[in-house]
Amino acid sequence: MLQILKNRILKGILTRRIELESSRVIGDADLSVRRAGSELRSLIRKKFGRSLHIRQVDTGSCGACESEIISANNPIYDLQRFGVNFVASPRHADALLVTGPVSKNMLIALNKTYEAMPEPKFVIACGDCALGCGPFKDSYYVCGAVKDILPVVLHIPGCPPNPLQIILSLIAFLK
Amino acid sequence: MVCSEIIAGIKNIFGTFEALSVTQAYTDEIHIKVSPGLFKDTCLALHKMLSSSVYMLFASDERRARGIFTINCVFGNLKQGQWIIISIDIPQDEAYFDSLAKTIYSASLFEREIWEMFGIQPKGSPDLRRLRLHNEVWPKGNYPLRKDFQKLQAGDLGDYEFDRVEGDGVFEVPVGPVHAGIIGPGHFRFSVAGEPIINLETRLGFTHRGVEKLFEGQSCIEAIRLAECVSGDASFAHSLAFTQAAEKISGIFIPKQAVYLRAIFLELERMYNHVNDIGGMAVDVGFSFPSAYASVIKEALLKLNDLLTASRYLKKVNTVGGVLKSLDENKKQILLDSLKRIENDFNELVKILYSSVSFMDRIDTTGALRRKTAEGLGVVGLIARASGIPADLREYFSTIYKEARFKIATEESGDVLARLKLRIAEFKESIRLIEVFVGKLADDKEINVNPEFKEGRALGYVEGWRGPVLYWMEIDTAGLIQRCKVVDPSFLNWQGLSYAVLGNIIPDFPLCNKSFDLSYSGGDL
Ligand code: SF4
Repeated sequence: MLQILKNRILKGILTRRIELESSRVIGDADLSVRRAGSELRSLIRKKFGRSLHIRQVDTGSCGACESEIISANNPIYDLQRFGVNFVASPRHADALLVTGPVSKNMLIALNKTYEAMPEPKFVIACGDCALGCGPFKDSYYVCGAVKDILPVVLHIPGCPPNPLQIILSLIAFLK
Repeated sequence: MVCSEIIAGIKNIFGTFEALSVTQAYTDEIHIKVSPGLFKDTCLALHKMLSSSVYMLFASDERRARGIFTINCVFGNLKQGQWIIISIDIPQDEAYFDSLAKTIYSASLFEREIWEMFGIQPKGSPDLRRLRLHNEVWPKGNYPLRKDFQKLQAGDLGDYEFDRVEGDGVFEVPVGPVHAGIIGPGHFRFSVAGEPIINLETRLGFTHRGVEKLFEGQSCIEAIRLAECVSGDASFAHSLAFTQAAEKISGIFIPKQAVYLRAIFLELERMYNHVNDIGGMAVDVGFSFPSAYASVIKEALLKLNDLLTASRYLKKVNTVGGVLKSLDENKKQILLDSLKRIENDFNELVKILYSSVSFMDRIDTTGALRRKTAEGLGVVGLIARASGIPADLREYFSTIYKEARFKIATEESGDVLARLKLRIAEFKESIRLIEVFVGKLADDKEINVNPEFKEGRALGYVEGWRGPVLYWMEIDTAGLIQRCKVVDPSFLNWQGLSYAVLGNIIPDFPLCNKSFDLSYSGGDL
């Protein structure tokens, strides 16, 4: 216990300030949010306010995208302070965050997870693979990118996207 | 050992042995070709003689050029820094070979793989269920790694048969493929009698993306980027094993500077993953402060990677002939200073964990994998070392690690605590090694530009943070990849997990799982 207290005091607050206004950094993500249409955005604002519960599904990623999503939740980036939470069940989720190209084996699981979510629901594609299959485009075992299977409203580009990109894209989506 | 000693050794075990050819292909590789009838006995003899499990067993389709398939089995003669590869040619219309699985268990997953990917039957195999091409979505009779596979032909679909555990009060608990956390997909089927797990069957393959087929026809330079995406948290180890194989085939010289830089990056990758796992173990017992603390250290390491190479996961750093990123004086200083700070934080983290009695109590004796089981299954890398098997390719194959007086770390008990201790020891050793390697960096070029590619085949291998990452490569006259067989340590180690959890309760499964921390995508390819 003393160890914990000592380190807690010595370390202080590590969480980094994130300038929400800097749309410059958001780049492409910002554009795709705009493309999502004002109708959708007003719906999001009305239904979710400033909170978003996300269920993550890996449909064939290499693992680095997951690692960065986890990093976005660490004390330094602290995604939770913006009202974004990762939940354990699709039944609790507002949005589905998908990583990786969709492998044939994951098609059923992906669709079932989506069906299990209550309305209104959104799909977000995270990483270049989810976006356009990345290096796995011509594989015999890939059914396509996420947008070929489910309606995607937000793309977070990168291989893998870094935590800051993930956070800024999600916040821009909520605003 | 030279070729003649190996042959004499095999003859000692079964007298009438006659090889078709024996060649010392490279200083660290001996290729022995035998007739199909002798395959099983030769493998058994080597298995016994070298006390080596099967590191790789794979097929290759050479029907176009020679009308045959080949089967190759790789054993490690670690003490002498050598790989021994037994191969046979089998005619295309008699596509079968003698199964090894009943006597050498570590061959069994590989045989299932050969059967589903090539349609070559391991005769006498006790289990031919598919690993990756799930019966529910992939019709029978389609073998994607055959060269003439073009489009999926319609055929019968089926179901997967799980092993059934029956008896009074036995429950089955299926979990996955979609799990509660932010994690890859896999299906775990527990059979429990009361609280303890009496059987765990893992069904994987959910992230199968056909990586091996995608390699075929690519040039080596292009294909490095694909190798980096096989398992994202070990991207440097994968790219390194890949480039090593390519360099060996073409006889490309690597500047000393690049050798040290590669070792530095490899150790950096080991560090961020080890600290991540230590934090993960704390999460899985609900001990949140150290897990947050560990994630801060991990972030510091990822940022350091970014600063040194412009990539948090060390992608686009490695290439054939050397590395693309060099460390100038300024960066060297940053690296050494950061390591000092990271080491201090890490020592604090260890103190916090060790001073918590409830944490230690929870991980001690949990998820134990005994040495005998580990040897039988052929598990490799960190998991093997935690169970007392002194196997680390850095110790046996690398001269620069020898120069740096690398000390292999092992533990005896094989439980979660052993795996924690091992990670702590390896983390500290990595810091020391990096400091030594940085001291050796000279003002030399770090890359041999415009390498020329030759035809040939070779094995690339690296001790990544999980264990040995192996790449078997065949390159044709045009410099294009004909076959690339990848073995990530996760592939063999998943079975270790199934045994480690026996007798434990399901709530301890996440803890055991995290202490193994295997890659879904690396195993599924
Ligand atoms: S986008 Fe890149 S990091 Fe993400 S899953 Fe694909 S290869 Fe891995």
